[in-house]
Amino acid sequence: MRRYLIMLLPLTLLAAACGNTGERAVPGTDQTSTSTEETPGDHLTLMTHDSFALSDGMLDTFTEQTGITVTVLESGDAGTMLSQAILTKDNPIADVLYGVDNTFLSRALSEGIFLEYQSPLLSSVPDSLMTDPHVTPIDFGDVCVNYDKAAFTATPPPETLADLTDPGYRDMLAVEDPASSSPGMAFLLATIATFGEDGDYTWLDYWSDLKNNGVAVASGWEEAYYSDFSGGGEGGERPLVVSYASSPAVGVYFTDPPPADAPTGSLLNGCFRQVEYAGILAGTAHQDAAAKLVDFLLSVPVQEDIPLNMFVFPANSEAKVPQVFTDFSPVPVAPVTVAVETIEQNRERWINEWTDTLR
Amino acid sequence: MDQRVDGHPALRRVGKIALVAIPVAFLAYFFVYPLLSVLATGFTADGRLDFGPIDSVFRRPALLDVAWFTLWQATASTILTVVAALPAAHVLARYEFRGKRFVRAAIVVPFVLPTVVVGSAFLALLGPSGPVGIDLRHTIWAILLAHVFFNYSIVVRTVSTYWERLDPALEEAGAMLGATRFRVFWRVTLPLLRPALASAASLVFLFTFTSFGIILILGGLQYSTLDVEIWRQATGLLDFNVAAALALLQIIGITLILFLYSRYQERRSVEFEHSVAAAAKPMQSRRERLTVLANLLFMLLLLGTPLFVLIDRSFRSANGYTLAAYRNLNERVAGMAAPATTAIWNSARFAVVATLLAVAIGLAAATVIAYRRGWLSRSFDALLMLPLGTSAVTLGFGFLLAFDAPIDLRTSIWIIPIAHSMVAIPFVVRTAVPVMRSVRHRLREAAAMLGAPPNRVWREIDLPLVTRAALIGAGFAFAVSLGEFGATSFLALPSNPTLPTAIFRLLGRPGTESFSSAMALSTILMVATTVTIFAIERSRTEGLGDF
Amino acid sequence: MLQGLRLTVTFGDTYALDAVNLTVHDSEIVAVMGPSGCGKTTLLRSLAGLQNLDIGTVTWNGRNLRNVPPHERGFGFMFQDYALFPHLSVAGNVQFGLRMQDVDWVRREERVAHVLDIVGLAGYQKRLVHELSGGEQQRVALARTLAPSPRLILLDEPIGALDRSLREHLTAEMKAIFSELSVTAIYVTHDRDEAFAIADTVAVMDSGRLIRKGTPQDLWADPRNEFVARMLGFTAIVDAKVLEGAADLGWTRFESALPPGEHRLVIPPHAVTVASDGPNTGTVSGATFRSGEYTVRFRVDDVELTGTSRRRFEIGDDISFHINPDSVLSVES
Repeated sequence: MRRYLIMLLPLTLLAAACGNTGERAVPGTDQTSTSTEETPGDHLTLMTHDSFALSDGMLDTFTEQTGITVTVLESGDAGTMLSQAILTKDNPIADVLYGVDNTFLSRALSEGIFLEYQSPLLSSVPDSLMTDPHVTPIDFGDVCVNYDKAAFTATPPPETLADLTDPGYRDMLAVEDPASSSPGMAFLLATIATFGEDGDYTWLDYWSDLKNNGVAVASGWEEAYYSDFSGGGEGGERPLVVSYASSPAVGVYFTDPPPADAPTGSLLNGCFRQVEYAGILAGTAHQDAAAKLVDFLLSVPVQEDIPLNMFVFPANSEAKVPQVFTDFSPVPVAPVTVAVETIEQNRERWINEWTDTLR
Repeated sequence: MDQRVDGHPALRRVGKIALVAIPVAFLAYFFVYPLLSVLATGFTADGRLDFGPIDSVFRRPALLDVAWFTLWQATASTILTVVAALPAAHVLARYEFRGKRFVRAAIVVPFVLPTVVVGSAFLALLGPSGPVGIDLRHTIWAILLAHVFFNYSIVVRTVSTYWERLDPALEEAGAMLGATRFRVFWRVTLPLLRPALASAASLVFLFTFTSFGIILILGGLQYSTLDVEIWRQATGLLDFNVAAALALLQIIGITLILFLYSRYQERRSVEFEHSVAAAAKPMQSRRERLTVLANLLFMLLLLGTPLFVLIDRSFRSANGYTLAAYRNLNERVAGMAAPATTAIWNSARFAVVATLLAVAIGLAAATVIAYRRGWLSRSFDALLMLPLGTSAVTLGFGFLLAFDAPIDLRTSIWIIPIAHSMVAIPFVVRTAVPVMRSVRHRLREAAAMLGAPPNRVWREIDLPLVTRAALIGAGFAFAVSLGEFGATSFLALPSNPTLPTAIFRLLGRPGTESFSSAMALSTILMVATTVTIFAIERSRTEGLGDF
Repeated sequence: MLQGLRLTVTFGDTYALDAVNLTVHDSEIVAVMGPSGCGKTTLLRSLAGLQNLDIGTVTWNGRNLRNVPPHERGFGFMFQDYALFPHLSVAGNVQFGLRMQDVDWVRREERVAHVLDIVGLAGYQKRLVHELSGGEQQRVALARTLAPSPRLILLDEPIGALDRSLREHLTAEMKAIFSELSVTAIYVTHDRDEAFAIADTVAVMDSGRLIRKGTPQDLWADPRNEFVARMLGFTAIVDAKVLEGAADLGWTRFESALPPGEHRLVIPPHAVTVASDGPNTGTVSGATFRSGEYTVRFRVDDVELTGTSRRRFEIGDDISFHINPDSVLSVES
């Protein structure tokens, strides 16, 4: 008899604690407001991917200004996050979603998960970043080929995508698998935008040439950057890798002690622009508060905080970019891009064709 | 059971029903219900039954290839692991040597490490600049090797625990009858070990069949398993229907495996009537010493090399070796949600809750399984392992679909320990059941004859042994929870980084500092695991327990 | 004094115990002997209260134990596989019964030390059960049974699992201990030598029934029953026709006081004298050297007889012997 009681004890503890699961706010994490005076206001949930980060206190500032507390839900990578948003669109788990990028935007829009919203701050955002009234651009990152400067003292580094098929750069490039990696997908799209699907020399021809030139395919960014790339500092052998325009600056920032010059640089031609958007989720009960949060994300203080936390560039042209970025990671001037609907319609086919070519 | 010795029948019956009901209810709600929600999306379109997605899966040769590859690589991995682990099992079963307990504890470390960490180590080892020289990174050999690395301890521990309780006289008898060592092994020992081998092999097959991280990192373009495809379809292509159809295929495969597993379970319940004086003896001859040494070296090579790579990298920086990565753990580095020490604290918190859950439910289940023979209890035992064999994507999405009513649990952090406990419960059961079975009715009768009334019988006999089983199971549950990564990576939760997720984040960032920090955290995870398991080992004196 | 009357236990259609009557007096040691499945363990367990009786009563000093549960009977039970508690040390095991009696720890420690001393395991208190050898475990089990001074001890093949020399040694030890402590005990075994060595009274069981009961000497001198005779180890059991004061076995005749007719006769070893001038001859089929002389087995006309000799015989040798008619026993089949 007693044995049963003793076993039920941990469960009763659990049940008692379960009474709290209705709340969404979890005290003790950095992104929720734990201010001592509880201002009765709205409470918002922000759904983002795992790379979301802002400096300590940023969201507290928002709470102080508006009286709205924010809980941040980390939801995996961008694709995972979006699939979760779509699966729960009838009963959304959040009010605002941030982190959908142009490669997935079309799908998000066709599923109708967002409400229309035009932020007053859009006037500071370049037209090239805007697409649809349902979403607000917050930041952009460019996927570019990075090179290890130490390997290109005698020979110059490549300048265009076409250069990468040059035998002089044989066995030097590492790319990521677009089926499982976001920069990999972005690079694939860059080649499609650059070489096209029709004509004498298509993007698949380009990839054949890359393959013949000894390109290595990694499963994800970590493997490509640390295991393959010589500039990753972990013994890789290849001096060229598909990464981000911001990577040289970030590499400097996170190396101790920071070197005087960045050991890596980016090819500024053939970069693919990835824009990240925020949107108000349809079904939210706090539409006004959500709008304020979107505005907050687009505001200059947050925009200036974003680069060193998320390693991307601010969409708000009034925001200043940190010095280390200006020094080592200039913004590519003419990145390529592909229309969002086109991406959505052809993504699977492109990945399959790419896989067949590279296998 | 015997009223004269055990107490009131009506209360016991109510108790028994509660014991069955608790684990069943827990799994039914937290596992079966989300699973069905997800699978349903593979069968329905706009609310009606539609077999289109399933059909399209079967029509795609690429996907069927993936299913086939999943099957055969799991088979190959299982065979290799068993072959690699048998010598070590023999050594641990038959010989006593200094540091044996440490070895038994240390070999578990690979199993609880998150795959991203292991993948990183293997990439370093097998790359062109690694010790091997040639680039083995995206070959089938890399996958198989990594699988052996991960699952080695399952076979070694399960088989050696069983082997050490086998009377050596059985093998000696074979030798006396003129059989060579090999023939003794082949014709006497192996058949005797069959139940343990089957049990271990089934577990390894289960884990390799649902292998995700290893395949993703080391598989390259050619190799993909069902788990990876489910992930790609669901989060890369956002094709939920196909993902659900694949998940269904995987579940069917797993259920079949578990069914076979449960058939072998009954045969392993050999009652060891006498406490056999320890069969493990100190090494006596030079040859025996060499055997043990050779085995230890092999283990060091197989298991130690990748781990050593990790530890080594944690001390490296641009300027040579330093402790900087460890000193920085307490700082909140830009780009991370919290300092690394918070992640450690979170991991510990979740592990405690997950352990309590796993022990409570696991013990309830173990009581039922231990005392009721028959196919029903064996099937129950096997079904408890279903969560282990289910894709993390499936579970994560299942939670999202299922838990919005009556209470909205979808973004509750309680999901984390619940998910962890589901993975840990089978380990609690595995360790508790043999201990419970060893509390033979005879012992209770002995206690009664010595004057103990029924309630005291339970307190004096069952409780201490069950407590010990619970402690051992708790230790494993804790270690498993510390390293658990997959089950919670597909949920949407308020920021509560755990050790594995922090490591994952750090690996996603350029800069040697990030990488070293990731390695430092991995090293901490390894040490924490070893300490926990070693502590369990110390209380494991009688060789009771399956694992 | 324990009395069991008409003890009957059935499992389905089979009688595990069939109307067994058994009385054990204070300080008496009764051995219950029989082949496997004869019901001796069931008998023991029903006396202990671990097994329900279908029919019959068990009384202790006249008090009916029907509603007394096992833990209140004050009987000790030594199990065949010892059933030592694996999670307790030797001392933990031995003092278990004393703890159930709420004896304070000072007296417990004394008693444990005393009992361990008696069984020859002085100083073993802190040892762990699984580290002990078979013989040591048996002695711990014995100590555990003795410690709470039970009024009756029930032993179920307590040394069956040990090797022969250990068995003989332990049997002698137990006999000494029992006699020193004036223990009342029922000792179940399938081994005749053990039973005879330890018991005051021997009871023979077969298929649930108690067939014969008596002192070892009684049984030996007069088995009365062929089954009992075989249990006692007599192998030379032959048919004989008695006519006019002489028993005719076919290959030999000797005088007999039995009434005329067909009889079953037992020729115990002590009725056989190996002598070179014996009138009978047989062929040696085996010889074992024990304690200074040979026990020789030889065949005569399909019967195997046993005798002793100082002389060494090889298998196949001829051997001559004569039979002492006074030592020949008659049994019912």
